[in-house]
Amino acid sequence: MSINALLTGQRVRWAAWVAIALLLLALPFITEAVLGRSWVRIIAVALLFVMLALGLNIVVGFAGLLDLGYIAFFAVGAYSYALLASPQFAVHWPFLVLLPLGAAIAAVFGILLGAPTLRLRGDYLAIVTLGFGEIIRVFLNNLNRPVNITNGPQGITLIDPLQIGGFSLAQTHSFAGLTFSPVHNYYFVFLLCAALSIALSLRLENSRIGRAWVAIRDDELAASAMGINTRNIKLLAFAMGATFGGVAGGLFASFQGFVSPESFQLIDSIMVLCMVVLGGMGNVAGVVLGAVLLTALPEALRYIGPLQQRWLGHVMVDPADLRMLLFGLALVLMMLMRPEGIWPARRRIVSAPTENPHGG
Amino acid sequence: MDIFAQQLINGLVLGSIYALVALGYTMVYGILGLINFAHGDITMVGALVALTIVQALSAAGIPAPVILVLAGGGAMIVCATLGLSIERVAYRPLRRAPRLAPLITAIGVSILLQYSAALIWGKQYIAMPKLLEPAAINIAGAQLTTLQLAIFLLACTIMAGLLWFIKASRMGRAMRATEQNPDVAGLMGVNTNTVIAFTFILGSAIGAIAGLMIVLYYGIGHYFMGFMLGLKAFTAAVLGGIGNVGGAVLGGLLLGVIESLASGYIGDLTGGVFGSNYRDIFAFLVLVIVLVLRPSGLLGQHSGDRA
Repeated sequence: MSINALLTGQRVRWAAWVAIALLLLALPFITEAVLGRSWVRIIAVALLFVMLALGLNIVVGFAGLLDLGYIAFFAVGAYSYALLASPQFAVHWPFLVLLPLGAAIAAVFGILLGAPTLRLRGDYLAIVTLGFGEIIRVFLNNLNRPVNITNGPQGITLIDPLQIGGFSLAQTHSFAGLTFSPVHNYYFVFLLCAALSIALSLRLENSRIGRAWVAIRDDELAASAMGINTRNIKLLAFAMGATFGGVAGGLFASFQGFVSPESFQLIDSIMVLCMVVLGGMGNVAGVVLGAVLLTALPEALRYIGPLQQRWLGHVMVDPADLRMLLFGLALVLMMLMRPEGIWPARRRIVSAPTENPHGG
Repeated sequence: MDIFAQQLINGLVLGSIYALVALGYTMVYGILGLINFAHGDITMVGALVALTIVQALSAAGIPAPVILVLAGGGAMIVCATLGLSIERVAYRPLRRAPRLAPLITAIGVSILLQYSAALIWGKQYIAMPKLLEPAAINIAGAQLTTLQLAIFLLACTIMAGLLWFIKASRMGRAMRATEQNPDVAGLMGVNTNTVIAFTFILGSAIGAIAGLMIVLYYGIGHYFMGFMLGLKAFTAAVLGGIGNVGGAVLGGLLLGVIESLASGYIGDLTGGVFGSNYRDIFAFLVLVIVLVLRPSGLLGQHSGDRA
């Protein structure tokens, strides 16, 4: 490839990146104009799920540790934020303290889960992580007695919105002729966090640690023979994945203003896992695609009720049930058609350096 | 003492039902290495089919034992057909796919079954008509109803029969061979596709009986009842050592007993701080402890680092 072509190639790539960035910046306004404000909310939630799926991708996709209780870390992050920024304990810590704190607490929980399970393989690990998720949820549900900590099934309300300096995200701001309602503000914060997560995932993937994870996934024995400290590296995967979940949880709590154990059930863990596997396990772009698709698909299926009304004259089947039916069907069909995921990871084949200096 | 005996009895009866469902998980896992997430929901379908048959027939004045046999038979046929078709449609095409792909289709099938059931039977709890008035027997200060006794004995008979079947019959030997190595089993003249299909039929039929037992025992059915049941049964299978049929039996009974005893005693032991609303946790706590000490379950064979 000549220098010139390389330059044009790079220029095209830059142009593509700028176009994508502009599109993402304009997306909430376009969405609001075309589909209405509820869809702005949905894409904001989709960005949260992108972060969650990327976090789980570190554990399942990179390190090959099947985790069926991942939503617990999301819950830990959300509740850490909710407890320290709500009338529950009458403390209102600033967001910039709580976000790293929530991430750190989630990471500690990740290590707590990881440490006793290091010896477990494959599906034994899956069921223990599942149990861990359930244990966290049952505690959240019941820790309103004898001392009221989590307020039980009612959950915690009136959580402080995000506020950075004097700038509150819960207010409507006007800037450069555009009106930024709260949901727009959150969209941009989530977009920033999701972009950071993507960048972090991509950097991790090609780092020494990332390669160690993949080595453990492919063959743990060989990896340890090559001098990888499998214990620490596996714990790091749990902690790192949990951190993503914790940050997303804190953002979620402030965005909703309300958390309850209802939001952190096994089906949510499974949903995040579906995003990872369906999108293409181990491939960052695929996982992002999976998260966006699986957040949008159930929402889009909401239109089935009105469609039945229009086409059949009356609502034949309860739209909520039909929506779940179609969702289950979609999972099966997508997996049957593309078992590797929609956008599978490309196996990087590293060839030994050849004699030819221009080779490769 | 009588509380202890009572909880022990309740636990053994509940545990025998868990064990029946766990058998379905463990047999499929042993042969395919797949967590058949839909198995709990197959049990749910069995329970609701049985319930419907009982509802339809109990009004007609047919004697109760006949109704129960018909309900059990009907549920077994429906579940076996269901298990067979799920294997054919959702799992067989993915047999050589990456390990997690069939897990996702299993989750999809589970959702499909739950919401199909919600469409057919509705989302409310369905009450089981009372067929028999079970008599109570007093043992060591605890009450054992004839229904509990019947459930326990039938479950034990089925489990013993299955263990014998796998150990002694021709098909059982084929199942064990397929479990050890499907390719070599195929070379030895075992039709592995038939064996796998048969495993699904067997597991689903046993699940159907467990479903009938559940609606008899608790008196209600629900479209979502398979979820927690499946979770507990899978936990039981892992506890005993997944892939090991004897382990599933042991794990199921143990789980039932632990759950009953723990939820019966925790309130007294902690001075009322923790109530029986923590009962679902015990299963998992025990599981974590057992697996930390014995990473392959109680009866699981220790596989080296090279499986």
